[in-house]
Amino acid sequence: MRKLALNDEIMLKIDKAARYIGGEVNSVMKDKNKVDLRFCMAFPDVYEIGMSNLGMAILYDSFNKREDVWCERLFSPWTDLDQLMREQHIPLFALESQDPVKDFDMLGITLGYEMCYTNVLQLLDLSGIPLKAEERGMDFPIVIGGGACAYNPEPLAPFFDLFYIGEGEISYNALFDAYIGNKKAGGSKADFLKKAAQVPGIYVPSFYDVTYKEDGTIASFIPNTPEAPEKVEKQLIVDMEKDYNALEAPVVPFIKATQDRVTLEIQRGCIRGCRFCQAGMIYRPTRERDVEDLKEAARIMLKNTGHEEISLSSLSSSDYSQLKELVTFLIDEFRAKAVNISLPSLRIDAFALDVMSKVQDVKKSSLTFAPEAGSQRLRDVINKGLTEEDILHGAGEAFEGGWNRVKLYFMLGLPTETEEDMKGIAHLAEKIAERYYEIPKDRRNGKVQINVSTSFFVPKPFTPFQWAPMYREEEFIEKAKIVKNEIRSQLNQKSIRYNWHEPDVTVLEGFLARGDRRSADVILKAYEKGALYDAWSENFHYEIWKEAFAETGMDIEFYTLRERNTDEILPWDFIDAGVTKEFLIREWKQAKAETVTPNCRQRCSGCGARKYEGGVCFEGKN
Amino acid sequence: MKVRIKFTKTGYMKFVGHLDTMRYFQKAIRRAELPVAFSGGYSPHMIMSFAAPLGVGTTSLGEYFDMELTETMPTAEIQQRLNETMVEGVTVCSVRQVEDGKASTAMALVAAADYYVSFRDGKEPSVPWREKFSEFLDQKEIVVTKKTKRSEKTVDIRPFIYKAELLDEGIFMQLASASSNYTKPELVMDTFMKWIGEEPKEFAYLIERREVYADAGENRNPRFIPLEELGEEV
Repeated sequence: MRKLALNDEIMLKIDKAARYIGGEVNSVMKDKNKVDLRFCMAFPDVYEIGMSNLGMAILYDSFNKREDVWCERLFSPWTDLDQLMREQHIPLFALESQDPVKDFDMLGITLGYEMCYTNVLQLLDLSGIPLKAEERGMDFPIVIGGGACAYNPEPLAPFFDLFYIGEGEISYNALFDAYIGNKKAGGSKADFLKKAAQVPGIYVPSFYDVTYKEDGTIASFIPNTPEAPEKVEKQLIVDMEKDYNALEAPVVPFIKATQDRVTLEIQRGCIRGCRFCQAGMIYRPTRERDVEDLKEAARIMLKNTGHEEISLSSLSSSDYSQLKELVTFLIDEFRAKAVNISLPSLRIDAFALDVMSKVQDVKKSSLTFAPEAGSQRLRDVINKGLTEEDILHGAGEAFEGGWNRVKLYFMLGLPTETEEDMKGIAHLAEKIAERYYEIPKDRRNGKVQINVSTSFFVPKPFTPFQWAPMYREEEFIEKAKIVKNEIRSQLNQKSIRYNWHEPDVTVLEGFLARGDRRSADVILKAYEKGALYDAWSENFHYEIWKEAFAETGMDIEFYTLRERNTDEILPWDFIDAGVTKEFLIREWKQAKAETVTPNCRQRCSGCGARKYEGGVCFEGKN
Repeated sequence: MKVRIKFTKTGYMKFVGHLDTMRYFQKAIRRAELPVAFSGGYSPHMIMSFAAPLGVGTTSLGEYFDMELTETMPTAEIQQRLNETMVEGVTVCSVRQVEDGKASTAMALVAAADYYVSFRDGKEPSVPWREKFSEFLDQKEIVVTKKTKRSEKTVDIRPFIYKAELLDEGIFMQLASASSNYTKPELVMDTFMKWIGEEPKEFAYLIERREVYADAGENRNPRFIPLEELGEEV
């Protein structure tokens, strides 16, 4: 039996000790002496969150298919264990072998959201790995970053040896071969990094020099080593039938993960082109999986995990061309076996209402709309192709069908936003309530309940809004108050609930999302001062970050409030994410002109992703 | 067909709590593709009943749950199919068909349980204790104060200690485990520690449950038999 890294006394003191035991169904055990490379795959958040991450599950499975590689998992210890490990000098360990992370060849960290950055430092720190890459020799693991936030890796650059840009299925094999080859040849870390820099999609930050202008913007960003390419190209699967690593037996957690179910990835990318959405840009082109492959995958994963629920994963699932066939299949095949079908948020139409009524209790479920902006004008600016008519029509049909709960999601602080746009949020909610009360009383299902949520807009790299300014916290709060007051002044105010996100986290996220190498000092300082689990509101302490800015002399507003010129060198310009800068500039101008751009199936907008020669760009043109 | 499953829970599995152990088996039953019966409604649940919850940190050689199957199948096959999908630390050691009916659910039947308790390294009492144990048991009554959220009450637990004796390095005990007289081995040990003048230490005991019993006796003469013996292999 495996011996745990933590003793019983610690295990009995901490919350949810089963987070740290490994050994779950479908977890992979190998003989560490029979592999050439030990990979520790980390998600810098607590177990229940990390185990719900599909990307990590896919790569864990894919890496372990190699006989010469053993990939294990690692998650952030919760704050209770964090404290005990520091007090008792216990090194952080991977779940499967329970061996110290420090013994591994590679430590890969998934960067899913900016607010996990202090947890990245916690992983290194508790592992006994020096935080700065330059302080680490070959006797420490090679630290690799990947995931959505790797599209602007610069704020984390000093802490990582390399970053992987794009979908992990493609280049890791070449990277592993380079590492194993170098190890067997007795090469140094520098030798390996030079080889790694030549693997497509790999960015080695130490091979690039950045200089700054007097105004603080970037003057130059150039390779200092012949092996380092000027542009790092994102990696992606082009052929989703041939090259997709379909999961068959994902790990089944003992404790309830946030997503305690089979997740079926139906497509990558999105045809819509919402101008605020980073995922919609960096995952282009849209690539669908074959519906027959998906049916088979659903069967085999349910069998191998024993999960009682299955959900579909993708951006804008309603755009998956075989959705009807797939959902009908899932319902027909699995409902009888008491498997829950968890639907993604669908565009509300007759089909959606039909399947929703089959898999959910209408009385308890709610409709979800994400208009994102309150007025048609602003929806045109952000290229969100959802009209008021669509919403009222969809809601009306649902109300006739017995639904009486609606959730509405909006963003405040979008570019060009006016007071009228903010009030438009309240007006739209009011119109939905009015639509409900058009139904005769005897056919209504009690009162209508409309939940309005607003978050504050954060400009992200590789979107047409990457040049846009953000607002100060107090301005954000002012915007939320305008919405609140307008809702309260309306006839149906009692049917409408309003809540908004905290603005301080948003501002910090904005800083980290568009930060540069100099931002790393703030992250390090905040971590040293105790910032951890910033993504968890109960653990987020803005005052720590404010002190970190003050002590490092960094000006957050340089990063958040400033509208960038389109000729400015942005920290992430060295990455080729598929969408060209010309396209993004064009879209930024179209946004300001309040002009919509059609989706990929209506007309190609020449974003640049066509060069990959696959997906929606070539649909029906084989 | 109603079957009673007996399983072990050892090693690191002792850190998986009761509710998660139930979830573990629900998923295992699906992986084994057993024809388990479900309740109706929008979120159907498996018809199963666990005998006695086991605390986090306690290992067991004799845990039980009952489940309802929609068709009859050989108990040996059920056992084999479950064991093919178990993790290290959990083994299904018997599967028996039992009679239907609410009164005979595993949980309702529980009357007593066996435990083996030893001291963790470094947590042994500072005074000799082995020779004191029989004297401790010879008391007419062993009164403890049980604290609940609202009140405190004193209970004599001596009648609930059905058996107790020194075994190997530790103590074997059979304790009352019905819902009305459920007695924890930790409570017996803490009381013993205080009686020999020791302050009970945190995390001092290693506890293993070894069997769970039903009372098959009549006229107030208890006759404890392991839950599995109420069923038969088919």
